[in-house]
Amino acid sequence: MEFAKAPGLTKRWGEFAIETIIRVLGLSSIGFVVMIFLFLLREGLPTFWEIPLNNLLGTRWYPTFDYFGAVPLVLGSVLVTLLAIVIALPLGLATAVFVREIAPPWAREILKPVIEVLAGIPSVVLGFFGMTLVAPLVREVLGAPTGLTAFTGALLLAYMALPTMISVAEDALDTVPKSYRDAGLSMGATQWQTIWRVVVPAARSGVVTAVMLGMGRAIGETMAVMMVTGNAARLPLSLDSLFRPVRTMTATIAAEMGEVAQGSTHYHALFGLGIILFALTFVINLAAAATIFKKRRRGGLR
Amino acid sequence: MRRPLVNRHTQQRIGFALLALAALIVVIPIILVVLVIIARGIGAINWEFLTQAPREGMKAGGIFPAIVGTLLLMAGTALAAIPVGIGGAIYLSEYARDSWLTRAIRLAIINLAGIPSVVYGLFGLGMFVLFLRLGTSIIAGSLTLAIMTIPIIISSTEEALRAVPTEFRTVNASLGGTRWQGIRNIVLPQSLPGIITGVILGLLRAAGETAPILFTVAAFFLPRLPSSLFDQTMALPYHLYVISTQVPGMPEKVQYGTALVLLALVLSLNIVATIVRSYFRRRRQW
Amino acid sequence: MTQPSPTVKVRFDQVTYSYGAAPALQNITLDVYANTITVFFGPAGSGKTTALRLINRLNDLAEGARLSGRLLLDGQDIYARNADVSALRRRVGMVFALPLPLPGTIRENVTYGPRLAGLRDHARLAELTERSLIQAALWNEVKDRLDDPATALSGGQQQRLCIARSLALEPEVLLLDEPTSGLDPISTARVEESLFQLKSHYTIIIVPHSIQQAARVADWAAFFLKGEMIECQEGTALFTTPHDQRTEDYITGRFG
Repeated sequence: MEFAKAPGLTKRWGEFAIETIIRVLGLSSIGFVVMIFLFLLREGLPTFWEIPLNNLLGTRWYPTFDYFGAVPLVLGSVLVTLLAIVIALPLGLATAVFVREIAPPWAREILKPVIEVLAGIPSVVLGFFGMTLVAPLVREVLGAPTGLTAFTGALLLAYMALPTMISVAEDALDTVPKSYRDAGLSMGATQWQTIWRVVVPAARSGVVTAVMLGMGRAIGETMAVMMVTGNAARLPLSLDSLFRPVRTMTATIAAEMGEVAQGSTHYHALFGLGIILFALTFVINLAAAATIFKKRRRGGLR
Repeated sequence: MRRPLVNRHTQQRIGFALLALAALIVVIPIILVVLVIIARGIGAINWEFLTQAPREGMKAGGIFPAIVGTLLLMAGTALAAIPVGIGGAIYLSEYARDSWLTRAIRLAIINLAGIPSVVYGLFGLGMFVLFLRLGTSIIAGSLTLAIMTIPIIISSTEEALRAVPTEFRTVNASLGGTRWQGIRNIVLPQSLPGIITGVILGLLRAAGETAPILFTVAAFFLPRLPSSLFDQTMALPYHLYVISTQVPGMPEKVQYGTALVLLALVLSLNIVATIVRSYFRRRRQW
Repeated sequence: MTQPSPTVKVRFDQVTYSYGAAPALQNITLDVYANTITVFFGPAGSGKTTALRLINRLNDLAEGARLSGRLLLDGQDIYARNADVSALRRRVGMVFALPLPLPGTIRENVTYGPRLAGLRDHARLAELTERSLIQAALWNEVKDRLDDPATALSGGQQQRLCIARSLALEPEVLLLDEPTSGLDPISTARVEESLFQLKSHYTIIIVPHSIQQAARVADWAAFFLKGEMIECQEGTALFTTPHDQRTEDYITGRFG
């Protein structure tokens, strides 16, 4: 029994050290989230005692004149995000159904990599493209004074959210058992009817997840939105706001942080917007995660 | 079904055509973006553009400092994010049991992946630039990008680790191997292609990001190479933003040329990742 | 029994084991003697495989498992608080139901265990490789292609490779969990043949894949049913004159 010796002390310590490091790294993600939150609070909380509440809840954002009304920015973000989802959901779901259920293999071979390419295009490149080509097109089609509108931003955001939404929706369709499809078909339904009455309803929690993640992606998007929405901090209340310039929280932070003095009220206010964004995406992702976890538990996966 | 048979099949045919149309509406603009940028940018690409610093208010010369800056940021991001990401994935796949703590970690990862890039920028400014007094520097920018990249690396690495059959771990244990020995000798080598693919995908995200580097590292105009890790640098995405929005009268050729270089960098990495994945998938024995 | 005071190699002393609610093994007391082939048999879910895996602590990998009683190897408690599990598993080898070659070559598979244990000497590794493969009756088939991938071997050859891989650690006890379940009759005969060769050096415990195989190889046999050990005696005796009615019912094919 030449190997039966207990492992040497150094070896045992080596393993212990490595496993400890791995455990710490495993926990680090929680640490990062907490750290990000704490630093946002540290720099952003002063907003709430430096600026009176009625100013914060006001409708005018003119930091130079100490107007810090965040409402137009929040509504701008919400408007652009919702509009993006309205555009992306039908397109994304239809594409996912097409790829999963009916596309011939050669079409799938082309579609999947192209959609992956979209996921890889940097936001600033899409923004640049939107600025130079999409915005003029929008202006001409609408006859509007400018093509830098909420709609233009939403259009770009929709495309940026599409890769996530398509892949999540595809996964959801993938988990629908084949027997459901067979049952639908054997009852005399066409493939089309089976898809919309059996398969998609069975995958609806995955579709909800797709919408959630798409929203999270859209609301946090910065560069493309900043470059094509015109950045006017107006209250988008009427229907024609869709085709007017609008300003989001992300664009406000990105555009103004470079020019503010550290520690100023304006500086704190921008971090305050960061807190709102963090909280919004946190809730959205929590909701998306809840559906993912529920599915896992049901599936008996680890 | 009350409707006549023909109708149902016509309905299906129209339906399928609409779905195909939707897929085309998704795909054609993507192809268009890529083609337009290539067509309009290719004229700007020459040796000088790739190897010279910008001149005459960035309207002439090249984008060399921005290219180098982006490569430096990627290297810094890789250095910081790869060990943490892979370590975190090993913990989740090989050590973590199903407990509230594990669920908390997964939740944290999902949330990290969803935090807006501009919020990462704010965090980087607050923590690295100001609190740790690193200043607007390559190191502050790299660390900010790294934290953003870590969830991507963790998710893809964990998936790659889990794809390695459990039986290999059992066999390792039955032969007197410790858990770590099994990871080092079998699990990691077997999942390496998947890990590499994930790392590349994470890094190319970092390479294309603008918002996180806005306040942490990016220099508006710095026609020389950075001299140390604590120096500012230009970077491709920020440079594209600057020359397309902040500088009036910018020649379109330079803008499209810059966009093309950035796009080419990102897409070529994308292709490398795809090749690594499919090449090794064909070669593996399980 | 006529054997002159046989050495007890492995002892189950009132072992009860459970994961989840119901106990998987209940109050097992059993001696396994050195240099014999002992068979654990019974219907599916009887606890025989669980009992086998307890001996080299492979069930440590399962979550929420509980064990009471004592399991002894050479009189030492396998589950002692300060036991070195890796060292235990080097003394107690395991061969699984399906051939599970590790990624890599034939040689890398055989030397995997010794290399983990810290053996680096090439000559010694080569010697171990040859001897283990000879003992597993595989040497002649693979000696010219030791650096081929292990997955290039046939199923039967892979299983003998797995036996060789366990033997390379020079264990004292060899556990085999239905080692021939995936094999054709000729390969099965080869594996059984090599077991007879091995028992002069090793203590072998096997969960057979059929009652016929149990009867062929058993020096001693223990019959498991619903987590209990019904009886254990010398193989020839148990298969001809079982004490317990349930054992008789099972081996004559009345259930299971």
